[in-house]
Amino acid sequence: MSGTGDGRPAPAGVEARGWGWRHAGRRRWAIDGLDLSVAPGERVLLVGPSGSGKSTVLHALAGVNDGAEEGESVGEMLIDGLRPAERRGRSGLVLQDPDSQVVLSKVGDDVAFGCENLGIERSEIWSRVRDALDAVGLQLPLDHPTSRLSGGQKQRLALAGAIAMRPGLLLLDEPTANLDPAGVAEVRDAVSRVLDRTGATLVVVEHRVDVWHRLVDRMVVLGRDGRVIADGRPAEVLVSARAELLAAGVWVPGEPLEVGSARAVTVPGDEALLRGHELTIGRSAVRPLLAEIELAVPAGASTVLTGPNGAGKSTLALTLGGLIRPLAGRVAAAPALARGLGGDPAGWRSRELLSRIGTVFQEPEHQFVARTVRAELGVALRALGAKDAAARIEPVLERLRLAHLAEANPFTLSGGEQRRLTVASVLVARPGVVILDEPTFGQDRLTWIELVRLVRELTDDGVAVLSVTHDAAYREALGDVRYALGADALAEGRAA
Amino acid sequence: MTGRVGRAEPVTTLVGRPPSVAAEADASETDASRGARLRFLPRVNPVTRLAAAILVTTPLLFTIDWLSAAIALVLQLALFLLAGVRPSTMLRRCWPILVAAPLAGLSMLLYGRPAGTEHWSFWLARITDGSIELAIAVTLRVLAIGLPAVLLFLDVDPTELADGLAQVWRLPSRFVLGALAGARLIGLFLDDWRAMGMSRRARGIGDHGALQRFATMAFALLVLAIRRGSKLATAMEARGFGARAARSWARPSSIGGADAVLLFIALAVAACAIGGAILAGTFHPVWS
Repeated sequence: MSGTGDGRPAPAGVEARGWGWRHAGRRRWAIDGLDLSVAPGERVLLVGPSGSGKSTVLHALAGVNDGAEEGESVGEMLIDGLRPAERRGRSGLVLQDPDSQVVLSKVGDDVAFGCENLGIERSEIWSRVRDALDAVGLQLPLDHPTSRLSGGQKQRLALAGAIAMRPGLLLLDEPTANLDPAGVAEVRDAVSRVLDRTGATLVVVEHRVDVWHRLVDRMVVLGRDGRVIADGRPAEVLVSARAELLAAGVWVPGEPLEVGSARAVTVPGDEALLRGHELTIGRSAVRPLLAEIELAVPAGASTVLTGPNGAGKSTLALTLGGLIRPLAGRVAAAPALARGLGGDPAGWRSRELLSRIGTVFQEPEHQFVARTVRAELGVALRALGAKDAAARIEPVLERLRLAHLAEANPFTLSGGEQRRLTVASVLVARPGVVILDEPTFGQDRLTWIELVRLVRELTDDGVAVLSVTHDAAYREALGDVRYALGADALAEGRAA
Repeated sequence: MTGRVGRAEPVTTLVGRPPSVAAEADASETDASRGARLRFLPRVNPVTRLAAAILVTTPLLFTIDWLSAAIALVLQLALFLLAGVRPSTMLRRCWPILVAAPLAGLSMLLYGRPAGTEHWSFWLARITDGSIELAIAVTLRVLAIGLPAVLLFLDVDPTELADGLAQVWRLPSRFVLGALAGARLIGLFLDDWRAMGMSRRARGIGDHGALQRFATMAFALLVLAIRRGSKLATAMEARGFGARAARSWARPSSIGGADAVLLFIALAVAACAIGGAILAGTFHPVWS
């Protein structure tokens, strides 16, 4: 092991020369001709359009896409002059999805996992585990169950697991994309503390530049083909490569969003399309989340629902959408929405619900049922028995810029494309109410602007849109009617 | 357009209040039953318990008489009570076995090989002296095999079992830890399944027959499981899993005197059951 004696590992240097990578079974190179040199101790923010191979670079540096079954590479990619696979433990990687990174069921065991794989002595492992948990600010007992951690805590746990290996190179692949604002700050601060303590080299991939630009000392911009198109101090690159960054969907700090702002709407008691009366919500009767909820969703306006994690925002949205039965109280659809059915959406048949209330889930992968994008849009129309299916699909494909992907498998799309597809598959059924659960989570700037404009078009057409969100800018633009889950619930959500 | 557009800034309305029900009760209860204060057993390595369960139950598979199963069951119940397993815990943890045992017995009662006096018959079903005896034997046997399989593992943490399998039994760590980490994903699959069910209802395809819906959702879950699994594998590999270097273990797993005692008890129970049946002349090997 290289180290400086006091437990601080020596920072690692990175050298890529004409490096390229092609995933097994793909014709196109994910990245090609990358020349990049990172000095030991440098902190680099790597940005670029989706599909420019940023994650591929991180995976290669972590030594996890090594081997012929995963793909083939050209050129050289070296850590301290050696191939990453020969330098196991020199780099630590934190990935985007908090749930897929937890290995073991107890906090201490999970952090120890990497050390065990490196063959570290038992007594040394536990002192490293305590140090790492302390560095990321997770003051929890070692036997605390990992299943009870919040998203931000899980990401800090993954960070602790990485730094317990004492890597000289820390690799972060959009570590905050799936987190709410509090979780983002938690993780960013933990990374900052860890870097100050260890002096490790950092390479972070992220399109939310504002989260990281004060913490890094260098920003590298990749073009669509994976070559470096800008490289320098963040403040300079943000100016010199502004056009490229905006075209790539990067969140350039201070750049206005050019979407309108919310229009205050007052909702007279009887004009809402969908109402909740004295609702008690929860996924199971023994664990009610929130009680006595009164809210109204008016037609032709955008309603925004905010609140802390675990307070029940998503559960409330699903309850209003007729997908979960309320534990008490009732959901009432106005006659204009019910169109001859009873007033309770939970009592409607699936096919009847489809053309009245459309729900877009947080996780796109839960929603896909077809093999191609086009077939995905056809699902609703077939359920409705629509005869003009093709005529209704094409305009929606065009409107959401999915036409060129019509024959692609939904699972292979990028995050932004998947989000647009889930919205599109709801819109083809032309529901009167559209419910969106965290529509802008992890989205790049272009997709964000597109989504906000689309919602505004929908409300202008008379549709009622209800969004659950953590996103302050989204609320500014679309919070015509604003609800926050109660102040007491807020305190409780923090405690949980 | 419904609602009036005003010039004022949008106002935020606070909604909802916390429910009055104390929601913590059920969580603490499961914790209590997990850590059920057992005597002796906690000192035994989980892999030894696995070996003991195999020792007790395997001989019972070789005979189909009622006495051997009855002896084993009585001894097991006495031992588990001595070890501090409360009857209420037994009922709660073993209910699937308590349901399955009489069902297996009932099918033997009606369709078991007829012998001796016939008491009742209807079409293929015949209740005879022979089928009654068989029914009792099978019911007792399912209980005597199921009970130790569940109760010996009451307080076993899967991580400890994996540690034992890899360190004591020397099974390949790649396989053991891969299985352990994979098992943790099952909890996520339950959430996935529920979300997929709701999404199918939202998308207008929730009215199909239960069987068709189950089949399509099972396939979708499989796709999702593979994706989650490969993400987890990447995360594990990034933490050095599968490297050629010798692995160390943060948690020691060893065996000692208590393990030998449990194995001896298991052997003794099996010997009493089989020996008793042979002495009483009820022993009836499956191959005869």
